[in-house]
Amino acid sequence: MIHFYLQKEFRTGSTRFHLDVEYALTTGSVLGICGPSGSGKSTLVRCLAGLSRPDDGFIRQDGEFWFHATQRLFVRTQKRRVGLVFQDYALFPHLTVLGNLLYARNDRAKAMAYLDLVRLTEHAHHFPRELSGGQKQRTALARALVREPDLLLMDEPLSALDEDLRDALGEEIRRVQRETAVTTMVVSHSRREIGLLATEVLELRDGRLDPEKHLF
Amino acid sequence: MDWVPFWVSFQLGLWVTVLLLFGTFPLAWLFAFSKRGWSVWVESVFSLPMVLAPTVMGFYLLLFLSPNGPVGRFFLDTFGLRLAFSFPGIVIAGCVSSLPFMLSGLKTGLLGVPVALLEASYTLGKGRVETFFRVVLPNMKAGLVSGIVLTFAHTIGEFGVVLMVGGSIPGVTKVVSIAIYEKVESLNFGTVHLYALVLILIAYPGVLLLNHLQRRDTRRTR
Repeated sequence: MIHFYLQKEFRTGSTRFHLDVEYALTTGSVLGICGPSGSGKSTLVRCLAGLSRPDDGFIRQDGEFWFHATQRLFVRTQKRRVGLVFQDYALFPHLTVLGNLLYARNDRAKAMAYLDLVRLTEHAHHFPRELSGGQKQRTALARALVREPDLLLMDEPLSALDEDLRDALGEEIRRVQRETAVTTMVVSHSRREIGLLATEVLELRDGRLDPEKHLF
Repeated sequence: MDWVPFWVSFQLGLWVTVLLLFGTFPLAWLFAFSKRGWSVWVESVFSLPMVLAPTVMGFYLLLFLSPNGPVGRFFLDTFGLRLAFSFPGIVIAGCVSSLPFMLSGLKTGLLGVPVALLEASYTLGKGRVETFFRVVLPNMKAGLVSGIVLTFAHTIGEFGVVLMVGGSIPGVTKVVSIAIYEKVESLNFGTVHLYALVLILIAYPGVLLLNHLQRRDTRRTR
C-alpha cells in the first residue's frame, strides 16, 4: 500500500495554488486522478516520483517512508523504485528501443520479456524517431516497468495520441497492468482517458482531491 | 612558405580548446540551469570578451600577466614561469578571449537536452554523473562540436590579444594571423593568399561538421 499526505505550494503561470491531498493506494490498484490544467496533477506525480520536494506531509510505501517532512526524510528519486511514464514519453533519442530498456535495467532477458509484453519485440532495434506515437508510448511503458517498480506513475499517457489509437492503447495498458499487477496512478485532464485506464477515479480541483470515489 | 606560425597557432588552438572544454562545463551547466538571479550577472561578465576590443583585453591581460601583475607574479614565484611574451601566456590570453565561444556552445547544447530526459534517467535509478555521461553528452553533440569548432577557429584567428600579450616571437608566440599581418606590411601578398587558403581549408570541415550535426539533431528531436 502507498499512503500519502502531501502539501505543496505550486505555481501555474502567475497564479499560486496549494496542493493538499491524502490518499491510500492499495497494492495492485489503478487510481486515476482527473483534473483541469493547473489543478496540481503533475505536481502530485512529481512529488510521488521524488522529482519535487513537498512542503509538508509524508509518503509511505509498505511501512517504508519515501518522504517525511517532520523527520526531514526525503528519499531520492533513484532510490524510490518508481516507474514514470512521461506525457511526451521522454525516450532517449540516441538509444534504440532495447537500449532504452537496457538503460533502465541491464538485463537483456528481462528487457526482451517486457518488450514482448508490450508487443514491441520486432521494433527492439529501432530508434524512437522510427516509431509511431503508440509504439513510443508502449516503449515508455516497458521502460518504466522493466525495473519492476513499486509504483507506476503515468502523466497524461494517452493525450498525445489519436482518438482511435487512444482506445486501443488504453486497452493494452490495462492488460499490461493486470499482468504485472503493479500499483498504478494515472493523472489526466481527460475523464475519458482516465476511464480507459483506471479502476478508481478521484477528481483533483484547486489542489484538493474530491473525497467522493467513483468506481468504474 | 614558413609553416611555423601555423604550428604555433595549431598548438595554441588545441591547448585553449582542451582547457576550455573541461574548464567551462561547470560554468555552462550553472548558466543553463541556475535559477538564481545573480547567475545572469556573472554570465555577462564571462561573455564580455566577445564584445570587448581585443586590444583593450590584451592590454589588461598584459598588465595581469606581466611579472609585476598579480597573476604573472604568482606564476613566476610559484612555478618559475614567465607569462608575458611566452607561449603559456598566450594560452591564458586565448582562454580568456575564447571563453564565451565555448561557453555559448556548451550552454546551447545543454539547453537543447530536454529536462524530461534527465528526469527520466533519475527515475530509472541513475545518478547525476551517469546521467551526464550517458544521456546529456550524447544528446548535446551539436552544442559540443559548436563550442569546440568555434573556440578552435576563434583562437586560430586570434590577433590583437595574442599580439599584446605575446608579441611576435618566431616559433613561440608568432601565430598565423600575426604572420599574415607582417606579410601584408611587407607587401608579400602571394604568401598572404596562401596562408588565407590554408586557414579556409582548416576552417571549412569544422563548420561543415557542425552544420551536419545540427541538422541531424533537429531531425532527431522532431
